[in-house]
Amino acid sequence: MISQFFILSSKGDPLIYKDFRGDSGGRDVAELFYRKLTGLPGDESPVVMHHDDRHFIHIRHSGLYLVATTSENISPFSLLELLSRLATLLGDYCGSLSEGTISRNVALVYELLDEVLDYGYVQTTSMEMLRNFIQTEAVVSKPFSLFDLSSVGLFGAETQQSKVAPSTAASRPVLASRSDQSQKNEVFLDVVERLSVLIASNGSLLKVDVQGEIRLKSFLPSGSEMRIGLTEEFCVGKSELRGYGPGIRVDEVSFHSSVLLEEFESHRILRLQPPQGELTVMRYQLSDDLPSPLPFRLFPSVQWDRGSGSQALNVRLHLPLPRGVVSLSQELSGPEQKAELGEGALRWDLPRVQGGSQLSGLFQMDVPGLPGPPGQGHSTTAPLGLGPASLSFELPRHTCSGLQVRFLRLAFRPCGSTSPHKWVRHLSHSDAYVIRI
Amino acid sequence: MVAAPPAEGAARLRPAERRGRAPGGRRPGGARRSALPRGGGGGGGARLGAVGPEEAGLPQGAGRGLSGRVAARRRSDGGPGREGAAPWGGEAGSGAEGLGVAGAVSGRSEPACGPQEGTAGAGAGLAGPWSLGCGPGEAEAGPTSRLGALRRPTFASPRFPRQGWEEPAGTAPGRETMPYLGSEDVVKELKKALCNPHVQADRLRYRNVIQRVIRMPKLDQWGQAEVLNFLLRYQPRSEEELFDILNLLDSFLKSSSPGVVMGATKLFLILAKKFPHVQTDVLVQVKGPLLAACSSESRELCFAALCHVRQILHSLPGHFSSHYKKFFCSYSEPHYIKLQKVEVLCELVNDENVQQVLEELRGYCTDVSADFAQAAIFAIGGIARTYTDQCVQILTELLGLRQEHITTVVVQTFRDLVWLCPQCTEAVCQALPGCEENIQDSEGKQALIWLLGVHGERIPNAPYVLEDFVENVKSETFPAVKMELLTALLRLFLCRPAECQDMLGRLLHYCIEEEKDMAVRDRGLFYYRLLLAGIDEVKRILCSPKSDPSLGLLEDQAERPVNSWASDFNTLVPVYGKARWAAISKYQGAEHRGPELPNTASFASSGPLIPEEHKETVQEPDSGALMLVPNCQLTAEYFEKTWFSLKVAHQQVFPWKGAVHPDTLQMALQVVNIQTIAMSRAGAHPWKAYLSAQDDTGCLFLTELLLEPENSEMQISVKQNEPRTETLNGFISVLETVLGTIGDIKS
Repeated sequence: MISQFFILSSKGDPLIYKDFRGDSGGRDVAELFYRKLTGLPGDESPVVMHHDDRHFIHIRHSGLYLVATTSENISPFSLLELLSRLATLLGDYCGSLSEGTISRNVALVYELLDEVLDYGYVQTTSMEMLRNFIQTEAVVSKPFSLFDLSSVGLFGAETQQSKVAPSTAASRPVLASRSDQSQKNEVFLDVVERLSVLIASNGSLLKVDVQGEIRLKSFLPSGSEMRIGLTEEFCVGKSELRGYGPGIRVDEVSFHSSVLLEEFESHRILRLQPPQGELTVMRYQLSDDLPSPLPFRLFPSVQWDRGSGSQALNVRLHLPLPRGVVSLSQELSGPEQKAELGEGALRWDLPRVQGGSQLSGLFQMDVPGLPGPPGQGHSTTAPLGLGPASLSFELPRHTCSGLQVRFLRLAFRPCGSTSPHKWVRHLSHSDAYVIRI
Repeated sequence: MVAAPPAEGAARLRPAERRGRAPGGRRPGGARRSALPRGGGGGGGARLGAVGPEEAGLPQGAGRGLSGRVAARRRSDGGPGREGAAPWGGEAGSGAEGLGVAGAVSGRSEPACGPQEGTAGAGAGLAGPWSLGCGPGEAEAGPTSRLGALRRPTFASPRFPRQGWEEPAGTAPGRETMPYLGSEDVVKELKKALCNPHVQADRLRYRNVIQRVIRMPKLDQWGQAEVLNFLLRYQPRSEEELFDILNLLDSFLKSSSPGVVMGATKLFLILAKKFPHVQTDVLVQVKGPLLAACSSESRELCFAALCHVRQILHSLPGHFSSHYKKFFCSYSEPHYIKLQKVEVLCELVNDENVQQVLEELRGYCTDVSADFAQAAIFAIGGIARTYTDQCVQILTELLGLRQEHITTVVVQTFRDLVWLCPQCTEAVCQALPGCEENIQDSEGKQALIWLLGVHGERIPNAPYVLEDFVENVKSETFPAVKMELLTALLRLFLCRPAECQDMLGRLLHYCIEEEKDMAVRDRGLFYYRLLLAGIDEVKRILCSPKSDPSLGLLEDQAERPVNSWASDFNTLVPVYGKARWAAISKYQGAEHRGPELPNTASFASSGPLIPEEHKETVQEPDSGALMLVPNCQLTAEYFEKTWFSLKVAHQQVFPWKGAVHPDTLQMALQVVNIQTIAMSRAGAHPWKAYLSAQDDTGCLFLTELLLEPENSEMQISVKQNEPRTETLNGFISVLETVLGTIGDIKS
């Protein structure tokens, strides 16, 4: 049961404020919260804070603070879950969640909050139930400018039926506005993996952890059934073997409760009738035993070893340096790259790395007062304080576990002539890719 | 439990088995399921082996036939989870009163439960993942050949389907598409019922309510979390009932929503407070969801999960040891998560993973963030209590970095370590020389000076280091450092007098003549006079035996029982940390403190289970001679008219301190069916309240409360429309109880 709910921008401006119970102070709690948040001592966590008899619990979601206050000792898990569910709902209704969309859709947000929560108790968060009650339509800033599509249209003639949807395509309100009946029926399916890797200084793998999710964002009318076919070699658990190859193995899988699994065992097909909006269809975890080689290697150099058809985006190398570095000279393999020194660490940004390429960066640092290497002569051990290096990156069209979506079939046939568009993305990105030096 | 004669139990068992096979064999999907690692199949005995675990027959009440079983199955299909159909092939004792919950067949312990079943005669199938196989008393009830099954080694079997997920998990009732609003009436009714003291007093009604709650299938995750919260307040009458509830709620533990899983865990921990093995099994089951939450993308969820992991580790230190890699930090994580993870790593360390964990922690020690680096060093210090040599080596290497923020923390760690693990003194003494150059802050200096003073005889240059401090004592800003210096120098003087005599004299002179800080000056004077008393006296006082540090260590590591924090699980307490929570709740004042206040607000909260006896005592006053009826609504006009027409039947004063919280009082009075007609605002002078109540014979009690702050007492005037003394006295005692309770809480 929550007393108040508010949304703050990243700068602390209150965007939305709703008091459900009227049992505690006025609007200034939002300010109070921000003051507390910014003035928090370093070793305390900001997730739960208290003031007088009130607890503030918040999540940060796309730069916004979603805060709930309560005066009871309630379950933190439920409340955090509720807040993230609210964030998803708001995203579904307003297109995407950001300061701009929230302030454009204030009325809608309040209406939504009214329906979701009553006197601080959750009524429902299901899209199905809510859509019957929500009357306000979302205000979308710029529906689709041609500029967004330009990157797609450049190479081929088929701008309309392109193979690739712009990355912003999924960020629009889920509910079709009543005026615009020609709304496209679209389904977006993302296979997203987060990779956390720890590589020892001798190149051996210490830890590999892949957290994968299949996310679905459906703009189809609810109740339309769809089937998602996964790679047939997909196996769960250590013992199971399928197919002839090495198989694609994950340790644990959990499915959303609306997924029907009759065909999963035999054909790796998930059947579901998703509600509109975003939904995490499946989560899986894989640790320690990765079927494919790791995407990056770094001994003295960062080396990229995937096939040449792929590329990595926004690669950033983060290398903590010993204290007292006074100067840094660099020698990089490409002119457009640059490395910066800041906050006691080196940052080397690579906006785009072509698959199969090898990049080198030679950094020379002046560290006055650093004790020489222990022992005599040349030592290969890195000075203390150097490293570990962390990489962050995105790998589109690649999953580390090897899991692929074979097909996405819809049983649903719209009355109009257009068949629904189905977009499937595969993406890996780094959670923590750490290489000890 | 009543111990059943084995013969009877066996007799009942056999027909049940025969019946059990037929429907089980027909069930689709049975073949697949039988391949599941439900390991306990062995518990079913050889006879059942061929049938497959879940098809094993269920012991039933003798009078039930096949039709009853089929009906039960149909119900359980639509009931808590489709998945429920297979593991819970249950028979419901559908009697009007009996709990009638479907006893679940898990294919393990059901034959063993048969005998108990028979004697209990409740008609409820009792089996499934949670059963009573714990006490030796029960074990004797069954035939000896089945003891193994009864004792439930079953939990140890990989019943937890997350290890592999062959089962369609997440088919628990939490379907988001289920209409929650549709069952709103039920929820409302439940809330009302559960908050109503009369329902709580009436055990039968309460029990029925509970059953209805448990069976509610069409709840979404929020509803489930609420229900689990309400159930915390129910205390099962018997062990069978308890395990029935556990079995029914088992599917909640597999929910895909962390809130529901944690709610269920808490409920299980509290219900099974007398069964430590059940608690351990629950915690094993919840390991998967907790770890998943710990690596969740949502930082906040991750943090909450980490806090709960720490809580569990306090009781079960080895619980997460094999998953230590999950708690390695990544550089992009926020500070508060890193700190929690370091704490967790520090607590789960064991012989197998100590090397890897220390390696990882060493990496953190050179982190860019000084705070995090220091936390990591302290963590290594914590591990050093068990794995001294490796840790001291790492810490010594860190000194080589010659960085202030690292050196100071390392020296502090050394100080604590030398105190707790005297065996590492030698290594520490060798590492110390040279590090005084890199220490600037008060804490670090104190630690270094203490070490030099206590173990100065083993550090060759100790007097010279201290001499530097004495030279610079005038510019020293921290009094604590000066005090430490005095003590250390005096100690060192005792073992190395020749080198220290001169500077000790200088230091004492400075402290007594020039020092501004009183404490330092007094300490200096004290030592001076002590020295006057002779060197033997100084030795006797400074070198007298110390307290035994190992005792403190033992106390520190003592495992706390699960029950000590079970009621805090899935609340804000672990998230804040116990110490901070204590400070907060003290600050928050009384009304959130506990269950002793019988108002509805605190009932609705997730407070701990209200002991049954307590409720009885609260109810006692009006369940005796006097019975106040609820919902006696008087209009203000009628009250006023009656008030003026009657004369005061009773008047008394009640000691009262401070102000009144009208809301609290009103709520408390409502619980005992006294209605508030009018009440002054909080803090008004004088403060007044008018109350009314009616008993079952229609006699009206009109009351005026008058509080004048000067007198620090509350004046109570009661008027009655029928002069009857015994009910009047009853009423007054009720009123006094309420006022007393409120007054106690307030003060």
